[in-house]
Amino acid sequence: MTSDSQTLDQLARTLRARIIANSHRTGTPHLGSCLSCVDILTTLYWSVLRLDPAKPDDPARDRFILSKGHAAPALFQTLALAGFFPYERLSDYGQDGSLFGEHPPTPGPVPGIEAATGSLGHGLPLALGMALAARVQKRDSRFYVLLGDGECNEGSVWEAAMMGAAEKLGSVTVIVDYNKWQATGRSDEVLALGPLADKWRAFGWRAEEIDGHDLAALPGKLAPDGGEGPRAFIAHTIKGRGVSFMEDDNNWHYRIPNADEVAAACRELGVAA
Amino acid sequence: MRNAFAEEMVKLGEADPRVVLLSGDIGNKLFDPFKERCPGRFFNCGIAEANMMGVAAGMAMSGLRPVVYTITPFTTTRCFEQIRVDVCYHHAPVIIVGTGSGLSYAELGPTHHSCEDLAILRTLPGMTVFAPCDKVELRLGLAAGLRQDGPLYMRIGKKGEPVIHKEAPDFALGKMLTVRPGDEICLLVAGTIMAPALEAAERLAAAGRSVRVESVHTVKPLDEARLAEIFQRCRLVAAIEEHGRIGGLAGAVAEWAAPRGALARTRFLSFGVEDRFMKDVGSQDYARAQFGLSAEVMADALAEAWAGNGIRAVG
Repeated sequence: MTSDSQTLDQLARTLRARIIANSHRTGTPHLGSCLSCVDILTTLYWSVLRLDPAKPDDPARDRFILSKGHAAPALFQTLALAGFFPYERLSDYGQDGSLFGEHPPTPGPVPGIEAATGSLGHGLPLALGMALAARVQKRDSRFYVLLGDGECNEGSVWEAAMMGAAEKLGSVTVIVDYNKWQATGRSDEVLALGPLADKWRAFGWRAEEIDGHDLAALPGKLAPDGGEGPRAFIAHTIKGRGVSFMEDDNNWHYRIPNADEVAAACRELGVAA
Repeated sequence: MRNAFAEEMVKLGEADPRVVLLSGDIGNKLFDPFKERCPGRFFNCGIAEANMMGVAAGMAMSGLRPVVYTITPFTTTRCFEQIRVDVCYHHAPVIIVGTGSGLSYAELGPTHHSCEDLAILRTLPGMTVFAPCDKVELRLGLAAGLRQDGPLYMRIGKKGEPVIHKEAPDFALGKMLTVRPGDEICLLVAGTIMAPALEAAERLAAAGRSVRVESVHTVKPLDEARLAEIFQRCRLVAAIEEHGRIGGLAGAVAEWAAPRGALARTRFLSFGVEDRFMKDVGSQDYARAQFGLSAEVMADALAEAWAGNGIRAVG
């Protein structure tokens, strides 16, 4: 566990390089969506979550639910770098019979995976159920859920938001990866998404807008605060963050980088792929 | 049946601290005993069934044994994707209860009917589909479902359904129960339509036929061994269900029978709700009658088929 921003920055650079190289090698899309949440994942896994990679099924553990399941390539790299399984295990990524693809598999065979997401709007209800179970079981686990901004189109997100507030689930923290894009357009234009923080507040959550790339501030922000009721962080992010020619370009929702682009990206990141 | 369900939940909840009950803003007062005897384990999830199903799955994934309860369309078709992904894909041991199933809420109109639930729920891998014919089977099936390690869907009636099993049967999920012995005609019955089905059997028996009646309380998995024996023995078999004739018990039996050649010697009929929505309202008996689900109509159709006049479309 560390909250040292330089350490976290180096981890995030490594993750970005590995995600980009993997996309090229395996043809896995959603690069922009992965890169926008890398700093959040880095902060959670190295600074916030009480997890022991040697005991991934510990009932007392904290949980992270990647509700925006299409960022699974980022989660797989994070789990490998955090020691949940050897990096070499990702060598079959995307091949016939692999567990590593575009979305997380069901929990079990890949340590650290808590839920099979990918259909949007499912992660928060699952996390509420886990948090309520912890209340029944008298455990003090905490539950972090990463939502996409486009994902907030789904009505089930808001059903869950109402229940989280009604149950005063202070153990639950939502982070919205507000990268301003969804698959086919600006997330504030496809549907009337904004004002997002006000929406969460209106639904009874303690909402705060933060910089989703500020590794100096994120550990303090995302740490449990012991307050009453659930928290929602609207994390302002940039799709494709970390690589100049990918940033805020929604073509990288589906585009796969070629070898030259991987090399250029790694040079910018200062990391070997 | 819903009172029996509520009573049984108290017993099961007291016996197992993992049991929790989730309701979609119904059951006012019905669950007060559960709330009192199992404090902190009742959750009114509001009128938000998609979330409720995900919450139940999350609870099950954390070691609880959630039972989800609301009116059938809202706990099935309304949140089918959550059942598919959150519950079944994760093989989460959630028990989903649809109350007032079939045409139980005939007076409320088709928004509250459920003639699709057996069909769609049995498409889901790992899902047990259970349609008890009375409160005896309901109690036994609920307890058995909590002993399973996977999901179970249960469609129940509302209140006042006749008790079919006068003595506790030797019950197991996936095993039919013989309600009435016979050799010539066999009625395969799922759910609370059992009473008129039994009456139809009595009418046929009075006309000299030997009629067997089976409670097929588990529509998935089917009791294949019993089906094989029935199709071997009986020349006329009928599926009877308060459910659409597409994809429910009749569909399940036909899917089993056709590739096995079981229909070569045995005629197979289906009694259920035809492919249309009701436009009017009425009692459950009125609604059943609109689709030929009365003892008289079913007995006549079966007698006609037995007499060799061909398969008559019913309803």
